[in-house]
Amino acid sequence: MTASPLPAARDLAVRHRLQWWEALPWVAGVAAYFLFPNYLAFGTQVLVTILLALSLDLVLGYAGIVTLGHAAFFGAGAYTVGMLGMHLGWTDPVAGLAAAALVAGLIGLVSGWVLLRTHGLTLLMLTLCTRALLVQAANMFSGFTGGFDGIPGLSFKPILGLFRFDVLYFRTQYLYALVVLFVCFAVVRVLVYSPFGRSLTGIRENLLRMHAVGAPVRARQVQVYAISAALAGIAGAVFVQATGYVNLAVLGLERSAGVLIILILGGYGRLYGAFVGAIVYMVLEHTLSKAYPTAWQLGLGLMLVLVALYARNGILGLGEALRRRWSAR
Amino acid sequence: MDLISILLGGMASGMVLFIVSVGLSVTMGLMGFVNLAHGGFAMLGGYAIVLAMRHWGLPFPAALALGFAAVALLSVLLERTLYARLYRASELDQVLFTIGLVFVMIATVTLSVGPESQRVVLPAWLDGQTDLGFIRYRTYSLALIASGTLLMLALWLAFERTRIGARIRAAVDNRRMAESVGVDVGRLFTITFALGSGLAAVGGGLGAEILGLDPQYPLRYLAYFLIVVAVGGLGRVTGVFFAALLIGVLDFTLKIYFPKGGTMFIYALTLIFLLARPQGMFGKHGS
Repeated sequence: MTASPLPAARDLAVRHRLQWWEALPWVAGVAAYFLFPNYLAFGTQVLVTILLALSLDLVLGYAGIVTLGHAAFFGAGAYTVGMLGMHLGWTDPVAGLAAAALVAGLIGLVSGWVLLRTHGLTLLMLTLCTRALLVQAANMFSGFTGGFDGIPGLSFKPILGLFRFDVLYFRTQYLYALVVLFVCFAVVRVLVYSPFGRSLTGIRENLLRMHAVGAPVRARQVQVYAISAALAGIAGAVFVQATGYVNLAVLGLERSAGVLIILILGGYGRLYGAFVGAIVYMVLEHTLSKAYPTAWQLGLGLMLVLVALYARNGILGLGEALRRRWSAR
Repeated sequence: MDLISILLGGMASGMVLFIVSVGLSVTMGLMGFVNLAHGGFAMLGGYAIVLAMRHWGLPFPAALALGFAAVALLSVLLERTLYARLYRASELDQVLFTIGLVFVMIATVTLSVGPESQRVVLPAWLDGQTDLGFIRYRTYSLALIASGTLLMLALWLAFERTRIGARIRAAVDNRRMAESVGVDVGRLFTITFALGSGLAAVGGGLGAEILGLDPQYPLRYLAYFLIVVAVGGLGRVTGVFFAALLIGVLDFTLKIYFPKGGTMFIYALTLIFLLARPQGMFGKHGS
């Protein structure tokens, strides 16, 4: 192969190619199934959170849209599946995923089309308001949503008519979540390395220049917002199908802020940040928060302050910096 | 309840919102810094005031003054050591940093005081009813309305009639221009940050009777403070005053007539309003 004249051009030409280490998360995901058979319920939660963080990465990391309302879409997907199951008896899991993606995506499309006219503080406020609005609506129309108590005790048909959900050990749920995550990840990976993904990065890095070269900036932003919302909706659907209940917490501010923290902690705008962040955060939370909830909050707060001040690219960013220092020797 | 008592009750809670949020509006307008920890200062002030009254037996006004001074001092320390590093950082880093700060504040208060909610013991001269001629109403609510209005007038005079107020207005409208004619915006920011946080502390103490006071306070009312600031317009004292009154009265009324989904209307109205006027009621340019 003839060497390209510019290292940057060479990087661009090969950056979408699969690396050997990209198989690692999936090998680890399957290995965890055999190694920790008693922790599969927790593992399913981790996988759902990775998917939610990944969807946020599309808008935040690639398109540079700061939102505090991402749980709105997770909750929309969760409630879609829950309400279809309760009122219409529609409990096919895969059809549920499609319905959740459709509803959440539509909400994303409409709210994105309306909200993305604004930016900065106003946009932040509006995303916060949209999420709060959905919480209040879910609370108010309790005939449909179960109100404050939510919808408990949902059960779903076997996946594709073949695999029954495993209420006790979460074996099926774990593998199901892993497969859904894998498919969604493949979509996101293709998307970010496509010309569409490049134009998103362009919008994040230099809005004026993208306008100047005639890129359809607003259309791109609304599109990615809707796609990300659909993915978050799928995450919410898997959550409900795995656990069998849905309540107002799926729309909570804690979830919105939590997934933001997870993504920043792992490193945003780099695909695998969602994986690293979700695993580190949730393992820490799982082990610490039950025994010392207040100390966990204190530690989390300090960690956020430190990350904002010193490690803006998260754990993966730190890793890259170390590797660069190592190879520079 | 009749119309006038609803109006008075809503105005009283609106005044609390105003006292807490006004500092946030000015500091956000000056630096464009997204400070989600502002409610945390209000909570810390509330605790300082309640604890000073309980353990040292300070009278209410003295405790308010103490809360103001303590939180103003703390905020200057934080501003100089931590906030100042993030002025040029992205919005995302500011959001992250201030959320982290809120968590630290909540955990510190929970560890040192406890998770239960605190009550302010009002002095006898504020606890009771006052006859206004046409209606008898809670003295404390009336005192809140009076002090909020006085504060608004004082701030308005300070903004419109003093040199420092003129500098702040200039810096909010056009920071670069203000800097190039010799206004030290950094120092201005430190001063307003301290005053704003101190006022938030006073608001936390005064409002404990209405909004309650417990460690989750900064997160519970985060959206309200931000709504008031965004609707009123960044760096606009009068805008924040009217926005706070409007939202206080609306919230109070809706909670009486629609106890279940009343808050939904506030969020919906805010959404519609901000889409129509992203710069707020009195703001001149978009943020």
